[in-house]
Amino acid sequence: MKRMWQKFGPVVTIVLAIFVLWYVMAVVMNTNWAYDKAKRADVELGFSELVADTWSQKKPRLPAPHQVVVELWNTTVMKAITSKRSLVFHAWITLSSTLMGFAMGTVLGILLAIGIVHNKAMNLSVMPWVIASQTIPILAIAPMIIVVLNAVGISGLVPKSVISMYLSFFPIVVGMVKGLRAPDAMQMDQMRTWNASKWTTLWALRWPSSVPYLFPSLKIGVAAALVGAIVAELPTGAVRGLGARLLAGSYYGQTIQIWSALLMAATLAASLVMILGRIEKYTLRKMGQSQGATR
Amino acid sequence: MSQPTVIEAKNLSLTFETNDGPVQALQGIDLTIKKGEFVSFIGPSGCGKTTFLRVMADLETPTGGEISVNGMTPEEARMKRAYGYVFQAAGLYPWRTIAGNIRLPLEIMGYSKAEQATRVKEVLELVHLDGVENKFPWQLSGGMQQRASIARALSFDADLLLMDEPFGALDEIVRDHLNEQLLELWAATNKTICFVTHSIPEAVYLSTKIVVMSPRPGRIIDIIESSLPKERPLDIRESAEFLDIAHRVREGLRAGHGDD
Repeated sequence: MKRMWQKFGPVVTIVLAIFVLWYVMAVVMNTNWAYDKAKRADVELGFSELVADTWSQKKPRLPAPHQVVVELWNTTVMKAITSKRSLVFHAWITLSSTLMGFAMGTVLGILLAIGIVHNKAMNLSVMPWVIASQTIPILAIAPMIIVVLNAVGISGLVPKSVISMYLSFFPIVVGMVKGLRAPDAMQMDQMRTWNASKWTTLWALRWPSSVPYLFPSLKIGVAAALVGAIVAELPTGAVRGLGARLLAGSYYGQTIQIWSALLMAATLAASLVMILGRIEKYTLRKMGQSQGATR
Repeated sequence: MSQPTVIEAKNLSLTFETNDGPVQALQGIDLTIKKGEFVSFIGPSGCGKTTFLRVMADLETPTGGEISVNGMTPEEARMKRAYGYVFQAAGLYPWRTIAGNIRLPLEIMGYSKAEQATRVKEVLELVHLDGVENKFPWQLSGGMQQRASIARALSFDADLLLMDEPFGALDEIVRDHLNEQLLELWAATNKTICFVTHSIPEAVYLSTKIVVMSPRPGRIIDIIESSLPKERPLDIRESAEFLDIAHRVREGLRAGHGDD
């Protein structure tokens, strides 16, 4: 019991605190509308009636947690996943382009990092461009990517994935450049004494040395890929995906729908990061570095 | 001395260009090493002993004079994998088991799987590490790790072993033990060994030839051919002959320091 508390106590406390704050804020944010309604109906609002009203409005400024939970329940468990009203359906749309973009971003990031580490010209020229690419607001460039790709006949999943890739390759380049350069001078000299080629040095020394750097980058990258996928759905008038849900929700003032889509996106991101964390732990243990994984 | 020459340096010099101006790391080095010799390089920091070893290994390029390794340039010798190099730190890969680490140069050099297995077993026995094949480096003590790194340098057919203060980071008891084992190994394999050290007793105990060096510029002060027998129990270090040689080394080191 004590151990359970030590393990979950802090998390539970924080979650409870968030819920309390959330309910309080729901009262504060929705009070005006409750009074407005009461005034028009010409009724006097007591405190308990006020609270009850602020927690059950149809289009509240800030929906109460239970309203979001009910919406989530209704749009996931209670709907067939093929339905356009199913949040699972929309989540899958977004997830599929996230995963594809993340895969492309990972490959691109690793290839660029290998190039930067091995080629002097790339080392000097690529990094500034990589950094510049991230200073452009994604919302500005997303529509252009979609228009350009559409013009050459590519539409559907790929343009969205490209935007995910655009956001996710960056942390991977940065992490991998550092990781591939992790071997010290002595280890590089040692490879030289064995007359090992560049590529042998890459697979036998640089690549394994970079693994502890790769995973944290992947975790940031996958979260960025999800953001990219959602953003990609906004300017394109997409009708499917979490981004489309967010946009539709904001058109029609459906705050509860927006919040449930947001929570779904957060859950999705958390799950993706957690899965990568598991793979990281397993890989590092396989690589005999379990003493480092206790951190 | 009808043995073939392994290392031959003639008027070898190396100058590093640094921000504070040129540094003469090596100057006018003349040295011949024959097959089967155990040569120690001793001197204070900055005397160029490690640099000289690195020149033999083609990890540094000399700026003057000549050097040959097995009758070739150091680069050709390196391409032919003519030497095994043991660094100050064991430098084992933490993600590979001990056997995996020793197998690494063999994999790089393209030995067959069966050949790799036999060689790994052989060298592990040679350094008395049989039984730890499947352990990871962090599960071994510092001394055992360094033995594994020596095993790795022995695993392929290089008859020259270059060792850069391999026992420098170990405590004295472990060091004595490893010195004894190294002599045993040298007798068993008949390799030529170049050994850089800071320790006078270590140099005298191990070597057939002691090269005393001095800094600024790095140069050779004295070359002492040891008269000690090839069989050397640890207590030979208390014999008069041993102390005589140690004395001569110390005199050489002091002479080299005369200018500061």
